[in-house]
Amino acid sequence: MIKILDVTLRDGMHQLSHKLPAEKMAAIAAEIDNIGVDSIEFGHGNGLAGSSFQYGFGASTDLEYMKAVSSVVKKTRLSAITLPGIGTRHELQMAQDHGVQIVRMCTQISECDIAEQHIKMAKKMGFETRAVLPCASALSVEDTVRYAKMSEDFGADVVYLLDGGGYLLPNLVYERIAAMKAALHVEIGFHGHNNMQLAIANSLAAVEAGAVHIDGCLKGLGAGAGNCATEIFAAVCDRMGIQTGVDLYKAMDVAEKIVKPIMIRPLEIDSSSLMLGYAGVYSSFLLFAKRAAERYGVDSRDVIREMGKRQCTEGQENLCIECAYDLAQRKHASGNAA
Amino acid sequence: MKGTKIKVAILGPGNIGTDLMIKILRRSKYLELALMCGVIAESKGLELARQSGIKTSSHGINDILADKEIKLVFDATVAASHLDHSPLLKEAGMVAIDLTPAAVGPYVVPVVNLDANLEALNLNLITCGGQATIPIVKAISRVVDVPYAEIVAVIASKSAGPGTRQSIDEFTQTTAKGLVSVGGAKKAKAIILLNPAVPPMMMNNTIYTAVSEFKESLIMESVNDMVRQVQEYVPGYHLKIPPNYDGEKVVTMVEIEGAGDYLPKYSGNLDIETSAALAVAERIAMNMLRN
Repeated sequence: MIKILDVTLRDGMHQLSHKLPAEKMAAIAAEIDNIGVDSIEFGHGNGLAGSSFQYGFGASTDLEYMKAVSSVVKKTRLSAITLPGIGTRHELQMAQDHGVQIVRMCTQISECDIAEQHIKMAKKMGFETRAVLPCASALSVEDTVRYAKMSEDFGADVVYLLDGGGYLLPNLVYERIAAMKAALHVEIGFHGHNNMQLAIANSLAAVEAGAVHIDGCLKGLGAGAGNCATEIFAAVCDRMGIQTGVDLYKAMDVAEKIVKPIMIRPLEIDSSSLMLGYAGVYSSFLLFAKRAAERYGVDSRDVIREMGKRQCTEGQENLCIECAYDLAQRKHASGNAA
Repeated sequence: MKGTKIKVAILGPGNIGTDLMIKILRRSKYLELALMCGVIAESKGLELARQSGIKTSSHGINDILADKEIKLVFDATVAASHLDHSPLLKEAGMVAIDLTPAAVGPYVVPVVNLDANLEALNLNLITCGGQATIPIVKAISRVVDVPYAEIVAVIASKSAGPGTRQSIDEFTQTTAKGLVSVGGAKKAKAIILLNPAVPPMMMNNTIYTAVSEFKESLIMESVNDMVRQVQEYVPGYHLKIPPNYDGEKVVTMVEIEGAGDYLPKYSGNLDIETSAALAVAERIAMNMLRN
């Protein structure tokens, strides 16, 4: 049995610049509640307390999303995610007050110890607590396992590898998840992005290596070129005889009739999103890189490539401005010299 | 030499405590480091102190309290420990300079509000992110209204020790409060990110401010003045991107190159916190010596 966590209403918010109002989010959540996924994640794209200049302000506050979504979702467990360094104990308390049962702590994989405080806090509050470890580019298998093990030791109930840039290839996913599976006692999860058209293939590689938790978005609606599409992944699993609990027709209908109409642009792999995957840069940076490139008159692909070079971490959207500014300065300087 | 220097002690021989020790030894005019205290006798910080000829103790705060000549104590432990230390120091009549985000005493950024807090018995240095960004917010809020300020502090993974990592919740909350109470913003938010890039990046701070009106030349002048004043105690503090308005907010970036006293120069986060502590202590010591 594979447990799908549907993150359409969280990762998908990057595509909408976090502008989906709480009542609309709740109406969609009520539909997702019927498709049979294991749990639903919702709220600002950058998680609890993500509403900001840095990531974009949400159409509604965390509290409004909590109230609206928790009042309509009846069957499926609710999940919230936060980055320690952004969200605090206050947001965790708010999530608990509104019936959220799962919290996920997301930290750059090599910095996973900054989640120790919040993992312990969340466990004490009674949450099912999961660690999500983003790797923009691939760490060695040994290092990946070492950090995953640390997260388990802090008390994480599930440990995920998050390929935020859609950079990993199926064989890289397989060997990392298999090694995590062999070294850890807790269940393993995977969160993929589609910048190299590999979200489904990578999620399958993760399952074959022993992952039990897979993140998906209906219609693939997520940051960058999107995520692993929940309905496609469920269909593939079904063909392979793997149970997901998802009602395929219902999932297709919600994807097609409910989610597709809110999409602002088609989720294609354009040159910028391909660059994200190629350079190993977080998908959530896409619109920020494009905006900064336009503001400073440089090529967004150069901005993304520069970000990859500087080894940006999850949450470092400000680097888009800095890279674009530096590229513009360089361009200006070389223009003057000529 | 009695009467020319004030005896001080450092509690917590981690990255911050050790860097502070070196700063006192190299640059202080009015401080005599009488004692460096930790809880593990073999720790690297205490070893370095011994090598530098400083008296050490591994009995935590006890040996500090026993030395009545010590007038001023730097607490470079963690927030939870400072909550235990602060009443003891107060009872012993020692001034506490708190480098944890415990926030017992008033928040102090030397360039902004040290004068107003010279008489306090406990002074809190907020966080490194606060020391780096509050001056900029203050520089803007003294010329236009700032209904909202938001800062993103990105520090090199290698310069964040276990104390910082285990107090990340306090870090975000304390920094945000400082942006309001000392920086002069009506509301604020703080984000801290650790970056593991190799070679390590310099501490980088992005300061976003919503403003009532973008008075460009006034803001520029005020920010430039402020940067010059911060440079008096943190020479490596400089504007990376000068204030610029994108129609929604003013974006400013400052970068801090550390003095390289204990950790390498990328650790600007460490440097601004310990430099602020030293600046505060020097002023207080100067006052004590005068009176």
